[in-house]
Amino acid sequence: MDLVELRGLVPAVVGVLVRRGADFASAEDAVQEALIRALAAWPHDPPRDPKAWLVTAAWRSFVDWARSDAARRAREARLHTEPPPGEVSSVDDTLRLYLLCAHPSLSPTSAIALTLRAVGGLTTRQIAEAYLVPEATMAQRISRAKARLADVEIADGSRDLGTVLHTLYLVFNEGYSGSIDLAAEAMRLARQLATRTEEPEVLGLLALMLLHHARRRARTTAGGRLVPLAEQDRSLWDTAMIAEGVALLQAALARDRLGEYQAQAAIAALHADAQRVEETDWVQIVEWYDELVRLSPSPVARLNRAVAVGEADGAAAGLAELARIEEGVPRRTAVAAYLHTLAGETGLGADLYARAAAEARSTAERDHLTREAARLRQQLG
Amino acid sequence: MAKYLLLKHYRGAPAATNDVPMDRWAPEEVDAHIRFMGDFAKRLEGTGEFVDGQALSPDGLWVRYDGEGRPPVTDGPFAETKDLIAGWMIIDVDSQERAVELAGELSAAPGAGGAPVGEWLEVRPFMGVGSADLS
Repeated sequence: MDLVELRGLVPAVVGVLVRRGADFASAEDAVQEALIRALAAWPHDPPRDPKAWLVTAAWRSFVDWARSDAARRAREARLHTEPPPGEVSSVDDTLRLYLLCAHPSLSPTSAIALTLRAVGGLTTRQIAEAYLVPEATMAQRISRAKARLADVEIADGSRDLGTVLHTLYLVFNEGYSGSIDLAAEAMRLARQLATRTEEPEVLGLLALMLLHHARRRARTTAGGRLVPLAEQDRSLWDTAMIAEGVALLQAALARDRLGEYQAQAAIAALHADAQRVEETDWVQIVEWYDELVRLSPSPVARLNRAVAVGEADGAAAGLAELARIEEGVPRRTAVAAYLHTLAGETGLGADLYARAAAEARSTAERDHLTREAARLRQQLG
Repeated sequence: MAKYLLLKHYRGAPAATNDVPMDRWAPEEVDAHIRFMGDFAKRLEGTGEFVDGQALSPDGLWVRYDGEGRPPVTDGPFAETKDLIAGWMIIDVDSQERAVELAGELSAAPGAGGAPVGEWLEVRPFMGVGSADLS
């Protein structure tokens, strides 16, 4: 059994412990302990029934913990604030776990940490490494999140997946640092979630992730430089992943409840559909941006829409859209640089790119913007 | 082993020997510089001397406490004349000589015309966490 399969068992094992009467916070701790033991023992001594092994190990940890005096006091204190454990719920255990770990009362940072651990089956150390914080900090973040959830009613709570999807999307966008591929993990969790709900936005999100991930190899050069969409070597795109993303998107759209992730996936699918950048169907992309802005009028969506309008109807039209977006929105200067350059105003474009580089929020983006400024200045001679 | 901070400045350091703003380099020179920086960090990871490297955005603000029940006072953006840190690399090395040697190599990152930037870097030893008895 590989590690991903092992992690896939974690939500079910947490579910078993909760049904046996453990409170969520202790059950999750116990499963984490069992998981760490499994990671050490299984390579030499693989169990015949991995799930049963995990349940047994986790339950033993839970019982040991419950017996200790200090723990009993904590547990008694917790009993006053928690609904009776182990109640039967009509909601699937795993789905409930997603909803709980991304509960709206948690900050996005806490929801991410808890979701990766309790649903994703990652260890605290792995999550800490991926987010470049000390392990003790991550451990505290998780235990504080669980303490906060002690006051939350889970079973009859909202089944609104909004914060769950947002949490997974944030994990996806964190990308890759350290030994854990967070984008792959987010896709795995979205895939698992899609088997447990009919909500088309889950498919929309999974499709969006696949369509973006399919371009990963083309997105950076060997030297680590960002390659913008228009300049990517499209033969490096993963066509199988694109096909799967498109199929999932079509299945989602067929359910006839449009949402922001489906709209974003549709835009990504239209980009994927163009064999060469000149074949991009910008008119349809603008239409999807109209939908997206209607569904979720964020400044980011409006900025990207302005770029699409610039491509579809000319730089002047794009700049007119840009003028309606307030100053100070992140990446606005970069978009202005792009549109002015498109309008043939190379000198202004170069100045704006240099300014956008100073405002950039990541080194990869800063380097790309600096290079664009340098490229335009070279053209000017 | 001792830790050293190699500090890079946007402003406030003496002028570099090859002092041309990066957006006035050729695009390939920008690429070469970025590749050098990435390779440098990777090489120090390989030698077991790399600890951390981070870049800072040029904007920010001063903040201070302003009394009970009052929001903190802020002041910013920074005045043009202020010393401004751009980023750092932390290394863990055997000697101050090694720290200086590595800072020199980092300062030789290629810049305009492919020549070394020759940027001044601040090299600062970390205070230790000494636990020995004081006599």
